[in-house]
Amino acid sequence: MSEPFEPKIVAFVCTYCTYAGADLAGTSRMKYASNVRMVRLPCTGRISPMFILKALQKGADGVLVSGCHPGDCHFAQGNYHARRRWTVFRALLAFTGIPEQRIRFSWISAAEGAKFADLINTLTEDIRKLGPFDQYHELQKVIETQATY
Amino acid sequence: MAKIGVFVCHCGENIASMVDTANLVAEISEHPGVEICTEYKYFCSEPGQETVKRAIREHNLTGVVVAACSPRMHEQTFRKACAEAGLNPYMLELANIREQCSWVHTEKDEATEKAIEITRSLIEKVKRNNALFPISVPVTRRAMVIGGGIAGIQAALDIANAGREVVLVEREPSIGGHMSQISETFPTLDCSQCILTPRMVETVQHPNITVMTYSEVEEVDGYIGNFTVKVRRKARYVRMETCTGCGDCIQKCPVKKIPSEFECGLGNRSAIYTPFAQAVPNVPVIDRSRCLYFKNGKCAICKKTCQIDSIDFDQQDTIETIEVGAIVVATGFQVQNTSLYGEYGYGRYKDVITGLHFERLASASGPTAGKIRRPSDGKEPETVVFIQCAGSRDVSKGVRYCSKICCMYTAKHAMLYSHKVHDGDTKIFYMDIRAAGKGYDEFTRRAIEEDHAGYVRGRVSKIFEENGKLIVRGVDMLLGRPVEVAADMVVLATAMVPQPDAKDFAKIIGIGYDEYGFFNEAHLKLRPVETATAGIYLAGACQSPKDIPDSVSQASAAAAKILGLFSREHLEREPVIATVSDSTCAGCWGCVTACPYNAIDHRDINDRNGNLIKRVASVNPGLCQGCGTCVSFCRSNSIDLAGFTEKQIFAEVMAL
Repeated sequence: MSEPFEPKIVAFVCTYCTYAGADLAGTSRMKYASNVRMVRLPCTGRISPMFILKALQKGADGVLVSGCHPGDCHFAQGNYHARRRWTVFRALLAFTGIPEQRIRFSWISAAEGAKFADLINTLTEDIRKLGPFDQYHELQKVIETQATY
Repeated sequence: MAKIGVFVCHCGENIASMVDTANLVAEISEHPGVEICTEYKYFCSEPGQETVKRAIREHNLTGVVVAACSPRMHEQTFRKACAEAGLNPYMLELANIREQCSWVHTEKDEATEKAIEITRSLIEKVKRNNALFPISVPVTRRAMVIGGGIAGIQAALDIANAGREVVLVEREPSIGGHMSQISETFPTLDCSQCILTPRMVETVQHPNITVMTYSEVEEVDGYIGNFTVKVRRKARYVRMETCTGCGDCIQKCPVKKIPSEFECGLGNRSAIYTPFAQAVPNVPVIDRSRCLYFKNGKCAICKKTCQIDSIDFDQQDTIETIEVGAIVVATGFQVQNTSLYGEYGYGRYKDVITGLHFERLASASGPTAGKIRRPSDGKEPETVVFIQCAGSRDVSKGVRYCSKICCMYTAKHAMLYSHKVHDGDTKIFYMDIRAAGKGYDEFTRRAIEEDHAGYVRGRVSKIFEENGKLIVRGVDMLLGRPVEVAADMVVLATAMVPQPDAKDFAKIIGIGYDEYGFFNEAHLKLRPVETATAGIYLAGACQSPKDIPDSVSQASAAAAKILGLFSREHLEREPVIATVSDSTCAGCWGCVTACPYNAIDHRDINDRNGNLIKRVASVNPGLCQGCGTCVSFCRSNSIDLAGFTEKQIFAEVMAL
C-alpha cells in the first residue's frame, strides 16, 4: 500500500457546543483533516450507542462523540447522561471486540474552535495508525457464509 | 414519493473556491429522490430565496436541502422561505458545506467529496422529516411572587403596574424582609425604612396585588403558563378583615419577655405581636407556642381588650389553591450562624455580635432608638472591632464564596458608629476591600478618610475577655506583626447563606440549587433570571449573595420576563419535542428519571368503561425542551424526538 490510508470518521455532536465550536473553527479559517462527517443532534444526551454501532457497521473507521463541558449543557444534564452511557457502553465495546480507541469522547465548547481542529487532526492521525476497521466486515462475511442459527 | 430540491450555494467565492459545485450538482442530481438541483451565487439573497420558493411551487417539492452555510446562520431564513412557498418549514435541512467544509480544508477534491457526502446524508434525512407545527400553550396571565422582601416587592409592583394580577406570598407576618431590619443603606446612607415602607404600603394597597402574609407555598404543580400552587395560610388568630391595627392587644398581653426575631434578640416582643412597628399589614399574630391561652386555656386578655372582637382563637390554617402562569422565587437569605467560630466567642460573649445586630443597634426604630449601646451592659462602646469575612471566603470553616455585601456594610457600620460616637475608635480586620459598584469605592474611601475607619489587613485568631474588655488578637499582614486590640464590642461580618430550608423548597417547586443551597439560574451569564424550569424566575439573594440594587434589578428583570410571557394569551413553542408511542411503551419510567425538566409523567389509558388498560409515559409539551435524552434512554424505543427521529438519524448515518 503506497497511498496513506484515509480513515472515515463519523462525529455525533450537540448543536449548542461542539457544532458551534466546529463553526467557529470555520469562521476562524482553521485548517483540519477532511475525514470527519458531522451528525448534528440537539444534545449529547440524544446520542444512542446504536448510532455509534451503526456508523461502525456502515464502514466508519472511527467515531467521535462530543458535546458541552460538564456543567455547561444547554439542557442542564444531557451530557451527564451521555457520559454515564459512555461508561456503560465501553464494557459492551470490550465484549463485542471493537477497540475502544476507535471511539473518542470529548467535550468541546462553542468557544473552542482551535480545540476542535486539533482534536480532528489528532483523532484522524490516531485512527489512521489503527488502520481500517475491517473486523466487523470480515465477521459479517463469516456470518453470511457459515452461520447456521 | 419524495421530491427533494437541493440548492447549492456558492456563497460568493467562499464555497465555490474550495468545492467544485458543478461536480456537486452533477452528483446530487443523480441521487434518488432529488427532483431538482441547482446552484447559485447567494441563495440567502432575495433572488436566491425567490429561486427556492419558485422551485418549491413549480416542482411540488416535499423537502428542501440548502447546501450552504451553518444552520446556525441561515436555518431561520430558509425556513421562512419554505413557509412562504407553502412548504412546512420543518421540511428543510441545511448542509453545512461552508463553516465545516470549504473554510477548513485545503484540497479541492477532498472538500468536494466531503460536501457531496454531507449533502447526501441530509437529503436522506430530509426525506424522513415530518411536517411540524408550533406548539401552542395557553397562559394564565397571573403571577405569583414568593417572598416579600425588597426583591419580591419590586417584582410584584412591576408586574402589577403593567396591569397583571400578582399574588405575593410571604411566610412572616409582615412583608419587608431583611431590608426592613437595616438601619441605613450604602452607599447613600438613606434610611432603609424611609425608602422601603412606602413600597410596602404601595404593594399592599395595589389593586392588582393580593398579599398573603404568614403563608407558605406547599405544593407547585403544572408548567409554564399553567401552574397550580397550594398555599397554606397559617392561622393568625386575629381576623384580618376587621382588625384595625390599634395595638391595644399588644399593650395588654402579659407575656412580654419573648426575644424578638426582628430585633435579632436584642429586644423583646409579646405573645401577640407585629414583628415591627411599620409592619404591613399592620395586623398582629398570636404566637401559639407562647400564648397563655393556648398553653393553659386561661388569660385571653387580648380578646377582652379588643373592642371590635377581632381575636379568634378557633382560627385554623387554610389551604388556598391558586392558578398562576409564572412564578418569581424571591425567598432571600439568612445570616450564617457564627457559632462555628468558637475562637471569636459568638454566643459566649454578649458583646460579640453580627452585622445584622449592629443594624438594629444603629436603627432609629431599634431597641436602643439608634444609640450604639453594647448588649451586655448598655454602655456606649469606646472601641469597636469589625471582623470581615467571618465565614465568607473561608474554605476550612465557612463558605468558599464572597458574600459580596460585607465590605460595604462594614464600612457603613464604621461610618455610622463614628457619626454617633464621635470619639470612638474603630478597627476593621479585612482580607481585601471589595467595593465594586456605583459609588462603592468612593464610599469605603470616605469611611477611611473622613470617618477615620481604622483598616487593618489581616485575620483575627482569638477573642477573649479580660477586665471587662474583649481582647482581639490578630495579625497585621502589612506591617508583618501581631496586633492586640482591647475592644468594647466586636462585630462579625457573617456570611450570607441560603435559607435553611432552601433545598426543600427547591424540591417543592422543582428548581435546581447549588452546593450551598442557592437556587440555580438557567445560564449564569445569559439567562441569569430564569431557572431551568420554564416559567419560574429568580430574584434577589436566594440565587446568590446580593445587595439591594442588584436584588431590585434582578426583580425588575424577572418582572420584564414575565410580562413578555404574559403579552400573549398563548405561548408558541418550537415543536422539537419528544413523543411517546403508547402502543409500545412498557411503563419502565426510565425516561422519567432521565428527563432534566420533569417533563415526563405517567398517563393512564382506559377502555371505554374506565378500566385501566395500561399506564404509559406522557411528555408534557409545555415543559419538554427537546434535548432527546429520554429517547436514547428508552429501552423499548418508544420515545422519539420530533425533528431528530431515530429514522432520520439512522438514514443520515447510512448515507455517509
